[in-house]
Amino acid sequence: MEVGILRFGGYVPQSRLQRAEILKAHGWFNPGLRGLAKGERAMANWDEDPITMAFEASRDCLAGRDRDDISALYMASTSFPFLDRQNAGVVASALDLGSGVQTIDLASSQRAGTSALSVALKTAASGDGPILVAASEKRRAKAASPLEMTSGDGAAALLVGTGDLAAKLIGAHTETTDFVDHFRSEESEYDYTWEERWVRDEGYMKIVPSAVSALLEKTGVAASDISRFCFPAANVRVAGGIAKALGIAPEAVADTLQATCGEAGTAHALILLVHALESAKPGDRILVASFGQGCDALLFEATEAVANGKGASGVSGHLARRFAETNYAKFQSFNGLVTMERGIRSEIDKNTGLSTHHRNVAMTQGFVGGKCTKCGTNQFPKSNICVNPNCNAVGTQVDEPFADKAAQVNSYTADQLTYSPNPPNYFGMIQFEGGGRLLSDFTDVFADSKIEVGMPMKMMFRVKDYDEARGFRRYFWKAAPRA
Amino acid sequence: MASGIKDKVAILGMGCSKFGERWGDNADDLMVEAYTEALEDSGIETSQIEMAWLGTAIEEQHVGKSAVPLAMALRLQYIPVTRVENYCASGTEAFRGAVYAVASGACDIALALGVEKLKDTGYGGLPQRSRGSVADLVWANASAPGSFAQLATAYSAKHGVPAEDLKRAMAHISVKSHDNGARNPKAHLRNRIDEDKVMNAPMIAEPLGLFDCCGVSDGSACAIVTTPEIARSMGKTDLVTVKALQLAVSNGTEAQHNSWDGSYFKTTRAAAQRAYKEAGIAKPRDQISMFEVHDCFSITELVTMEDLFISPEGGAVKDIMDGFYDADGKVPCQIDGGLKCFGHPIGASGLRMLYEMYLQMQGRAGERQRSQEPVFGMTHNLGGFPHQNVSSVTIVGKEGA
Repeated sequence: MEVGILRFGGYVPQSRLQRAEILKAHGWFNPGLRGLAKGERAMANWDEDPITMAFEASRDCLAGRDRDDISALYMASTSFPFLDRQNAGVVASALDLGSGVQTIDLASSQRAGTSALSVALKTAASGDGPILVAASEKRRAKAASPLEMTSGDGAAALLVGTGDLAAKLIGAHTETTDFVDHFRSEESEYDYTWEERWVRDEGYMKIVPSAVSALLEKTGVAASDISRFCFPAANVRVAGGIAKALGIAPEAVADTLQATCGEAGTAHALILLVHALESAKPGDRILVASFGQGCDALLFEATEAVANGKGASGVSGHLARRFAETNYAKFQSFNGLVTMERGIRSEIDKNTGLSTHHRNVAMTQGFVGGKCTKCGTNQFPKSNICVNPNCNAVGTQVDEPFADKAAQVNSYTADQLTYSPNPPNYFGMIQFEGGGRLLSDFTDVFADSKIEVGMPMKMMFRVKDYDEARGFRRYFWKAAPRA
Repeated sequence: MASGIKDKVAILGMGCSKFGERWGDNADDLMVEAYTEALEDSGIETSQIEMAWLGTAIEEQHVGKSAVPLAMALRLQYIPVTRVENYCASGTEAFRGAVYAVASGACDIALALGVEKLKDTGYGGLPQRSRGSVADLVWANASAPGSFAQLATAYSAKHGVPAEDLKRAMAHISVKSHDNGARNPKAHLRNRIDEDKVMNAPMIAEPLGLFDCCGVSDGSACAIVTTPEIARSMGKTDLVTVKALQLAVSNGTEAQHNSWDGSYFKTTRAAAQRAYKEAGIAKPRDQISMFEVHDCFSITELVTMEDLFISPEGGAVKDIMDGFYDADGKVPCQIDGGLKCFGHPIGASGLRMLYEMYLQMQGRAGERQRSQEPVFGMTHNLGGFPHQNVSSVTIVGKEGA
């Protein structure tokens, strides 16, 4: 059976740190950063991590589509929040996918994203149900490093399988080699990187063209027939150089999104692929390749129905939803690069009882509430006794999903007193379309947001608390302004 | 068929510590300070107290659990002692226990004492604490000011009050309370302030500024209650009796059902209606002589004027700006300075409110004494959050009124 991409989506955090601000802080120390200090990089909010971003990309990808037939969720990252507690499983619980789904984490390489896609396509070709592939990254970088400049936080998600394809897989090829351009081990806090010139000359320029050539030969497609070449390297001359070496037209080289997003690690190849699909015409041949101890190369052809595969906002929609952040100190604080005096209020124990967590996971991560089958009232949380004062029926509620309900502000405040990593903490009473409400934390409120009663909001999946004492974090949902 | 509490119980004596930053005193010292005054006021001895209730809400900050701390501090004589907690209504809750014990005939003389020592946290404001294991997973990250600030935007939107006008009415409330607190030697804050100072104060939780929020402080207050017959037999005259003692607790409707618009307290309205019925008061605006409300935040006081049916719905701002609630207004509110000037040692506040009503009824309020002789005094003592809370309404007055 023909296999390929059914749906594609992405997520980029709203805040974009101006690289000029990073340079202001570090230019005295490393004047070499000047060359990288153009444009902006995506900066995750304090309450975002690869799990939350993978969820948002997945939700974007699946918008409006039934989820019952999804057979697996593969999540790729090199910055997983958990090293032993399945990250894909958390994303699956937030997507409310049910227990019969094969969740797998893929890690340890900057090509884990494309590898996940490649394996998913192979597996889904059997026709046993589409597979959701999510790649998500929030790379840690040392202050004043080039990586800090060139990285960006973000995620992409693709649903692959058989049936109504938006893009069919023409072929794939992988080369594996233990080329260590950089590494991070169990003992390291940060990446250790070798000389850029060597990485380019011996790594990118030798390994990638070899893999892509093999793919083109295997599929019988000429380099000149490639409409879009997606290669995620931050240094744009690398993609251009590889294209030239292969005979791919220079105008086919995809914008690396370095100026507007930054390189999102193992997610970035898929972010570029999704971005390319969003503007693809039927018949376009899109080649995506990645680099990390070898190279994965995949070739797709957009079908007549390629536009039907687009997610709710996509990479382009999320890129457009933007706030220009000029406070580099805030970035440092959010990324643990500086020790902040957080005050005694921050000392409260954020412990989560794991038995309590498990029993309530549909509520906390799935955002599932209740609907009373007697009077029809939607309520959050789901409870034993209906909250409707004219009903109060016992044991009548069924599961009611709240994650995608439209919401609006009933009341709000900006709380300067409570401890928050990003003060003030905005929160307020949110009312849901169709019934139900929640006194909810808000997120993604920026200096130019004007919060007011009645304004439309959407619910987003975020970190609720970091338990620094134990190395845990718990997730919940927060209201964000809905543009 | 129950007939309510009216005139079944009289206040025999009351005491109140100095409220403030009592760095040199433990909770025990505060309890004994309030208690010795109440004992002297009542004319009885410890051995005559048959049952006692202790109100304290954040016990982990000071005395710890159970009612044992009260029995030990006061050397109560192996009598039944109960600790109660109902958020910030804990003081009134202690009073309820003592009053019902006497009204039921279970005992002749009962004690209610509230205490809280909050100034040992090492920082300003109420301590951050767990809300419960499940609640911690889903509750918003909210301070008390942030939670009550919700009322402001909802009230403005509902009644079409511009934010500036609301802020000015809130400022008037705080200025008025400080004018009253200036005349109260037991209050923590005794400085006078002006509207501009309040309007321009640093923001705590929009739109509440520093002077829209009561402070945290240390304090204790206590009441000794008995039947009117026993009080008279001890030579007491001009008895102050309990006319109504009502409580209402949220059941989730405000938090989970869209029937509540966020601009008022469902609980206060329910408790007030029952309280007026219990006390036989048909026209509260005309009949209530003075009252204390839970002015943890100025906006709480503002909406409570309507929730107690003294101002008409939407009419609180006008009444406030007209001075209706000022010390020299028609129905003074917080004539002792309120939570704003006393601060809010949680377990003590409900009893501190009653203390002022009691003094006023007896003509013993010194500089603050209302020249027009009060007949009915009311206290409103509320705890929790606008969307889920405990609201108590207590009415005391001249016996027979």
